[in-house]
Amino acid sequence: MRQPTPSPSACEVCPAHHPANLKRLGVNMDRYDFVVALAGNPNTGKSTLFNSLTGLRQHTGNWPGKTVTRAEGGFAYQGSHYKLVDLPGAYSLLSTSTDEEIARDFILFGQPDVTVIVVDATRLERNLNLVCQVLEITGRAVVCLNLMDEAERHRLTVDERSLARELGVPVAPAAARQGRGIPLLIDMIHQVATGELVCKPHRIQSEPPALKRAVSLLVDKLRAAFPGLPNARWVALRLLEGDARIEEAVRSGELAELARAPEAAGTAAPAEGAG
Amino acid sequence: MSPANTREDVLEAAANLRWEVGPNLHDSLMEALYTDAARISDRVLGRDDARPAFDLDRTIDRLVTSRWLGFPIMMLLMAVVLWVTITGANVPSSLLSSLFLETLHPALKQAAAAAGLAWWLDGLLIDGMFLAMAWVVSVMLPPMAIFFPLFTLLEDFGYLPRVAFNLDRWFKKAGAHGKQALTMAMGYGCNAAGVVATRVIDSPRERLIATLTNNFSLCNGRWPTQILIATIFIGSLAPPALAGLVSAGAVMAVVLLGVACTFLVSWGLSRTLLKGEASAFSLELPPYRPPRILQTIYTSLIDRTLIVLWRAVMFSVPAGAAIWLVSNIHLGGASLAEHLIQGMNPFGLLIGLNGVILLAYIIAIPANEIVIPTVLMLTVVSAGLSGVGEGAGVMFEFDSASATLGVLEADGWTLLTGINLMLFSLLHNPCSTTLYTIWKETGSARWTAASALLPIAMGFLVCFCVAQAFRWLGG
Repeated sequence: MRQPTPSPSACEVCPAHHPANLKRLGVNMDRYDFVVALAGNPNTGKSTLFNSLTGLRQHTGNWPGKTVTRAEGGFAYQGSHYKLVDLPGAYSLLSTSTDEEIARDFILFGQPDVTVIVVDATRLERNLNLVCQVLEITGRAVVCLNLMDEAERHRLTVDERSLARELGVPVAPAAARQGRGIPLLIDMIHQVATGELVCKPHRIQSEPPALKRAVSLLVDKLRAAFPGLPNARWVALRLLEGDARIEEAVRSGELAELARAPEAAGTAAPAEGAG
Repeated sequence: MSPANTREDVLEAAANLRWEVGPNLHDSLMEALYTDAARISDRVLGRDDARPAFDLDRTIDRLVTSRWLGFPIMMLLMAVVLWVTITGANVPSSLLSSLFLETLHPALKQAAAAAGLAWWLDGLLIDGMFLAMAWVVSVMLPPMAIFFPLFTLLEDFGYLPRVAFNLDRWFKKAGAHGKQALTMAMGYGCNAAGVVATRVIDSPRERLIATLTNNFSLCNGRWPTQILIATIFIGSLAPPALAGLVSAGAVMAVVLLGVACTFLVSWGLSRTLLKGEASAFSLELPPYRPPRILQTIYTSLIDRTLIVLWRAVMFSVPAGAAIWLVSNIHLGGASLAEHLIQGMNPFGLLIGLNGVILLAYIIAIPANEIVIPTVLMLTVVSAGLSGVGEGAGVMFEFDSASATLGVLEADGWTLLTGINLMLFSLLHNPCSTTLYTIWKETGSARWTAASALLPIAMGFLVCFCVAQAFRWLGG
């Protein structure tokens, strides 16, 4: 897979150069190195982003709930092949509606190498609810701060560096409809996928003390039953709430599969094609 | 301890700890989430407080969702889209048909004669299959190429959720889910797509209602029927300058009737077979986004128009062969088609239609798109017209709407037949693709059968009543 690398010119080294390296693969995904999930609130532009990354033309529309099934497509970047999965929009991963369950199950059990959380910059606070929930499940995430053009129109500014620091994952500002910010986003996906960039995801902090104690007790039990489980905290929270799907995953041992995920090791993932 | 035991241990610990945490876990967790989200967004968000005095989005929203203007604006937009489609499709339609039927068809016939093809093979291939395909392309392509992009532009702009907002009150009164407005709107493109879109509705009861009533949204296969029949039977009653407007008005009336049926049937179902309360939901009104015109036209042409057209062509080819065969296989002096038409005529005439239309709807079960071509071809067989078209089982094109009217009238069509055909096109069983989709989505043969039988029963009833009233009034 390693390509012969002639001494790179200054331009090629520059992170801004990469757009030319993007190869849209459409639905040709015979082999792929990484799986990338697209999550986010409804109507934040996930499908638009999906289309501009894969070159496919999934139907997009300006109304929430348009994507009801999972769409899949592929792209290649710097020699690595990526499978991109467009999930239905969800406001939360804690409720029980079908589309939110599809999104939740894929992020948890599908174990994408990178989860891109698409965020509407003009409705940041509400969108951050979902971001915080996803970050409880997986730290291998990139936030795409989409609809920056509309934020500008509404005279809003978002300090994306502070946001990245608060969330502990990279943040890429974008305006997917205009194709702005896509190269930076791809580069961040690549860095997280290859393990060049290790995230320190934000954890929910404002829980009441009684809950904190219960969670830490349960996390210990979970760690004993499933050594190396990457999102024990989140699983513990779900169990405390009596989530039947998660209880089933504990009982059947399906959760043990997650424990074997490369994420457990912190970095891992094949470095194939990187650099 | 075995792994299974440790796992049960975890569940037991969770069950015990649940008592400790108390019943408000979900709320306190949500509270923690909101607190964190608010804190972070406060830190990173800057706002230019010099807000403009005039907020365009709010102003538009106030207009299009207002109590008084909401519905008129909705209807006006629909009427404008229909009017542009009807008036715009005429010219390219006649260009296409003259290309296919006056240039290509004779050329193919000559080539076949030169190659010494057997008469039946030549008839089946060129007069049956080729002409059916040519007809579908020239009738369907122009209206679709205008209608779909216009509809997609409205969708891209963000208008659909406002429609849902306006209609929500009515759906709630009918005991259905407000998001049914969205699936209904998707149905105007394709009912199969509309049925898939019902997945946005969580409650199985309300989803089933939305699935069963989606057929009351005229799909792209039925728009050409509506538009053509409205033009030749109703538009022709008005002075030429107003013909386009009157035809658009007639199609609009059928659309509104479809909406009324949606509410009525939803209401009926939620009071009888699918009892229950309408569930509450929140629907975000997304910001208006300036539509990307060129991109929208391109994608809606490629994705919707060409794909739908391709499907219609694929179905029209075997249907063309079937039509040619039933018109050319003779049993006891008359063709099979004539026997079938004669057999269905009494019932057809009773409900203000005729045997030709009923046979056409049977042949066109795979795709509604080919109803009109089939009707016209069978009419020629049935009326025994000579000098029109090329012979039995040959599809043809007329140069003008008035010529089409002439042929139909020769077979005994009246204004009533035209009106009832428009009504029957709204109220009949969904096409086979939609039925298959319903079966896949509901997983129930019973509900699939219900979704086929319910509209067709309504269609027979409505057509019968209209026919009685029309005859009673001395029409």
